[in-house]
Amino acid sequence: MSEPVLSVRDLVVEIPTRHGVLRPVDGVSYDIAAGEILGVVGESGAGKSMTGNAVIGLLDRPARIASGEVLLQGQPIHQLQGAALRKLRGRHMGMIFQDPLTSLNPLLTVGDQLTETIQEHLDLSASQAHERAIAALDEVGIPAARQRIDSYPHEFSGGMRQRVVIALALCAEPELIIADEPTTALDVSVQAQIIALLRRLCRERGVAVMLVTHDMGVIAEAADRVAVMYAGRLAELGPVREVVTQARHPYTAGLMASTPVASQGQKRLRQIPGAMPRLDAVPAGCAFHPRCERAQARCRQAPGPTLQACDGRAACWFPITHEQEATL
Amino acid sequence: MSALIRVENLVRDFDVSKPWLNRVIERLPRAKLRAVADVSFEIEERSVYALVGESGSGKSTIGRIIAGLIPASAGRVVIDGVDIVDQGGPDAVRSELQMIFQDPYASLNPRWKVRDIIAEPVAVRGERTQGLAEKLLEQVGLSATDAGKFPHEFSGGQRQRICIARALASNPKIIICDEPTSALDVSVQSQVLNLMSDLREEMGLTYLFISHDLTVVRHMADRIGVLYLGSLVEEAPRDRLFDAPKHPYTRMLFDAAPRMDAFGREVDPPKGEIPDAINPPPGCPYHPRCPLATQICKEEHPAPRMIGETRVRCHHAE
Repeated sequence: MSEPVLSVRDLVVEIPTRHGVLRPVDGVSYDIAAGEILGVVGESGAGKSMTGNAVIGLLDRPARIASGEVLLQGQPIHQLQGAALRKLRGRHMGMIFQDPLTSLNPLLTVGDQLTETIQEHLDLSASQAHERAIAALDEVGIPAARQRIDSYPHEFSGGMRQRVVIALALCAEPELIIADEPTTALDVSVQAQIIALLRRLCRERGVAVMLVTHDMGVIAEAADRVAVMYAGRLAELGPVREVVTQARHPYTAGLMASTPVASQGQKRLRQIPGAMPRLDAVPAGCAFHPRCERAQARCRQAPGPTLQACDGRAACWFPITHEQEATL
Repeated sequence: MSALIRVENLVRDFDVSKPWLNRVIERLPRAKLRAVADVSFEIEERSVYALVGESGSGKSTIGRIIAGLIPASAGRVVIDGVDIVDQGGPDAVRSELQMIFQDPYASLNPRWKVRDIIAEPVAVRGERTQGLAEKLLEQVGLSATDAGKFPHEFSGGQRQRICIARALASNPKIIICDEPTSALDVSVQSQVLNLMSDLREEMGLTYLFISHDLTVVRHMADRIGVLYLGSLVEEAPRDRLFDAPKHPYTRMLFDAAPRMDAFGREVDPPKGEIPDAINPPPGCPYHPRCPLATQICKEEHPAPRMIGETRVRCHHAE
């Protein structure tokens, strides 16, 4: 196996506040290989977007990477700043945000925005960059790209706009794409188109994709592996099929059971009692223990379970084994 | 079984013309957007009727017309025997109807205490509200002491519970829920959906449930109507619709929805997007994207017809 495109090691993001230091990301480690889609799921506040922003160096102050490292193709990038970081972004890492309208400049045509990005990162003449921009639009499935290249963002529909954003992220041929809820603002039929597009690009160009979303259905369909986050920590990490059908962490199992489709035909949905702890009140030990029906004394004691300390798949002292699941 | 809500040939147009001066100078005609086009359906008492569709399909507009928030352009809406379009607004049935909105952050007044928010629908009628908010808060799974707090002290799921408590305050028969769980996380969504199911059983409520999420609709609804560009293209009891969808749009919607068991599914994604509602295609609105479309689909808007229990507007469905 070749070197992973992205390696995140024990990443900790801290936000110092007047009432103490918050840790929205707390000791997260994972790898993404070329041509692989890693899905990152979790509820709001679980730290999934914060992880993506930390990787690409977009943390807003006062949030900062407190410890751990981020390696892009073996090179540490977590300490880069300013010009060095800007050189990396776009050229080696692309980003796709949730809302395509706010990630495009409304005053520039999509062609201007694409050629600007291309010329910034690649050594091409204006006309070469223009041709390349057309090719990029063509690749993401925008019909009549040669005519549409002089259109402004508002002249595109939501789905087409998201395609432009994907073209923008891809045009300098980065090795890593971070897609933060790329389909959340779109309708189902358009969402299916965008997922198919992401998967095709990933397969054809061998780009590593980090797909951040709260939608388990999207993950199940698009991702190769999935990382489940809870209160800033990884709860479970594994191949998507195994995590979805044979969840080992009680939180993952609860999450699966509470999506309506999983409990088809049942009158009531399984529900996880309570809510995710606030960042200033993460309990000691396993962050999930107050809501967990399997919790025992060990779960309440620090240090809490981590993937490394447990079986590498679920950060749980008492994971659900497959035999037990059959009786549930 | 009598229908509690009957919607007949409902039409709603929005004027999307340019300003008067532009129209004169540029010689433009008035432009009209038909958000709801000839929609008819009935909701039986104590049932859950769901409207699904993508953005721009008119599902929220229908909900708002039934709630009396906006008037209809044509057609009839009969609630409990009273026609709210003809008889000058929904005042006669106002207290029987309540609404829950999508965004629990925007639908609660941040300067009011929860007690006042919940009691308002009763207070405006000049009735006693002593202890009402406390009772309702407990009913929706919060504590009576929460009545003295402000909305910002609650999480999204708890706020939606407060919205539900407010909707219940005036003892309504009908609750119109416009995407009630779209802004919530999955684990909180399941809590709210369970609460809504319980309340329906306890209080004999009727829900009009508006959502784009097929899995939620499948869980909640008894009967489902599928909207496309303002037309009700298919309507059927839940199991009928999901087991045997008739309209090609419904099938496309089901195929496109992400599924938890579809690992690495390679499907042809649906073609095209919803057309511009100001200049809808002639004939059947779905024909430019439809795999079954023939000449007749381009010319004639199909009339609703029954296939078994399913009412479908398509020339070719069988």
